[in-house]
Amino acid sequence: MSLLASLAAQAAQPVTPVTSVLVETPSVDWWGLLPLILLAAPAMVLLHASSLLRRVFRGFYATASVGIAGTAAAFAIVQWFRVTDLDGGRGPYTTVASAYTVDGYSVFITVVLCVAVIVSSLVADGYLRREGLDGAETYALLLLSASGGVVMASANDLIVLFLGLEVLSIPVYVLAASHLRRSASQEAGFKYFILGAFASAFFLYGIALVYGATGSTNLGTIRQTLQDDPFVDGGALLLAGAAFLLVGFGFKVAAVPFHAWTPDVYQGAPSPVVSYMASGVKAAGFAGLVRVFDVTLAGQVRDWQPIVVGLAVLTLLGGSVLAVAQTDVKRMLAYSSISHAGFLLVGVAVASPEGAAAVLFYLAAYGLMIGGTFAVVTAVAGPGEQATGIDAFRGLGRRQPMLALGFTVLLFAQTGVPLTSGFFAKFGVIKAAVDGGWYWLAAVAMLSAVVGAFVYLRLVVAMFMVEDIDPHHGDGDVVAATPAPVAMPAALTLALAATVVATLVVGFLPGLLTDLAGDAVPVVLATLP
Amino acid sequence: MEFVVFLIAGAIVVGGAIGVLAFANPVHAALSLVATLFGVAVLFVAQNAQFLAAVQVIVYAGAIVVLFLFVIMLLGVDRSDDLRVEPIVGQRPLALLAGVGVLAASLVAVLSAGGSTATRTVRSTAVAIPTEEPDVTSLGRLLFTDHVLALEITAILLTVAVVGAVVLARRPGRDEPSVEADVEAEA
Repeated sequence: MSLLASLAAQAAQPVTPVTSVLVETPSVDWWGLLPLILLAAPAMVLLHASSLLRRVFRGFYATASVGIAGTAAAFAIVQWFRVTDLDGGRGPYTTVASAYTVDGYSVFITVVLCVAVIVSSLVADGYLRREGLDGAETYALLLLSASGGVVMASANDLIVLFLGLEVLSIPVYVLAASHLRRSASQEAGFKYFILGAFASAFFLYGIALVYGATGSTNLGTIRQTLQDDPFVDGGALLLAGAAFLLVGFGFKVAAVPFHAWTPDVYQGAPSPVVSYMASGVKAAGFAGLVRVFDVTLAGQVRDWQPIVVGLAVLTLLGGSVLAVAQTDVKRMLAYSSISHAGFLLVGVAVASPEGAAAVLFYLAAYGLMIGGTFAVVTAVAGPGEQATGIDAFRGLGRRQPMLALGFTVLLFAQTGVPLTSGFFAKFGVIKAAVDGGWYWLAAVAMLSAVVGAFVYLRLVVAMFMVEDIDPHHGDGDVVAATPAPVAMPAALTLALAATVVATLVVGFLPGLLTDLAGDAVPVVLATLP
Repeated sequence: MEFVVFLIAGAIVVGGAIGVLAFANPVHAALSLVATLFGVAVLFVAQNAQFLAAVQVIVYAGAIVVLFLFVIMLLGVDRSDDLRVEPIVGQRPLALLAGVGVLAASLVAVLSAGGSTATRTVRSTAVAIPTEEPDVTSLGRLLFTDHVLALEITAILLTVAVVGAVVLARRPGRDEPSVEADVEAEA
């Protein structure tokens, strides 16, 4: 029917009044959405309160941010008991037209994200004051980004997952560029934004193709459709869609070959923001990756597993080998975070509940240690983050032994030394690989850990075993340089102490966290219809 | 009737496209792009896709062309380029080849498909759109039922974007020099 004819037909008929049309909206389990709401809504309140009541709130932004994230985490923990207790509790469920999952897995990631925000806020407090940038917007953006991460971890719909990814990413693009007087920071934000937008486009295209192949964006429906008919549309459309999704995720978690942004962005962005990027953004990225590939596309595992294994190998080796060549500590940590993403990808690639549990354990442990590591980097780098070379750490063990000791514990944890959380994190993924029969992949992971050890030990050697001033250098002019002591704001010290203690506690009693991660995992594999 | 609408709209689309290439003034070219986009919007309405038509006008004819104009104004309207210079060697022949290629490929696709597209079964059952309902209504219904969470999260996304834009657009205080300037002064 042509346009005019249809218009004429409509005019001829009596029009039903619009007000009488009732749409039945889906039921909303507000209790399930509470951690998300408790992150996003107070972030808005914080923004408004800081501009309306500037005098009252000045200086308390970090406190407010820690309080907000802590409250959200507390409610998430309450939820945990209800969701994981299958006998007395409610068990995992979906809500809002089955677009949002509340299960042990999403709750676990929520807590990890809240902890990442708390650590970054504590580090950011001293940093922003030192740089003269103090304001509420940094904290508000951190909280909003974490709310995006919670959406990603809980999404049961590809559209919601994509929106979560954007809510997660856009604040981080802005935060990376938030040091307005440092052009390196601006450059970092710009690079991250351009490449991130590019990756988002890939992700979106992947969603479109998967929708085209399966006729739904709901993960549960997709899984069901694929179970009924695994060769849907010849499979090509679905596989192309999955490949594009993998590119999008690969960018977010900094997997080789989608890692090119990482060193520049880590180097240029403010260190507290980098701490959040390495802990929070990575956790949210892997949360989505595991839910889409290990759960939804579980039936297609033979198709995507070789690709993810390849990514894992490239990421493991590329990250640790390139880290060795760095002299700037932030760049070095960037490559080391790439190599850690490789370990996490091993956990994803084996596609087993053990692998997913190992990923969760790794994310929690790594989030804590990298948070503490960047706390130290923030402090040592000094005003304007000028001192990020290895030289800045030279002789730190003699000048400030406690700081150096804490840093050493965190570096050992990243190396994977026993009695730190990092050992059990690496052990978990390697064990999952061996259990899945991927012996050579486990061997590659161990090789990468050995190469990576050189990177961290070089920093330890610089701190404890190298004289900071060479008396024979510079014509006996010894007066030249005893570097000023590293300033340690109270909040930053607290963050460092807490992360070091947590790293050691998990290292001595890994059962605490393995049990939690183990509880979180079977739920995710069972929840989707 | 439909054919007449198609002819007029098609003429506007093609005319606008030729205008984009033919006008020497970039502002005129951008405005003629608006004509093309409006023509496409009319074609969407003729296909009963009112929502797409509205989006076409709001997003493309509205936002994107305004963005183009911003860039043109920013770079200076009266700055003219020497068209004989090719920044990339051989880009014009390659562009011609690519254009002809795309045209040929789409012609082949359309002609070979013929009427068979209509007989292809639609796989999805979830989105079977009731034909008597305008697509704007059914989209609205979906947005407030199946995708209500996505709608709400879009609200967060837009807020985040606005906050981010404000944070980035803020200028540092005039008395605070850049960190790099400090370092250069020391060196």
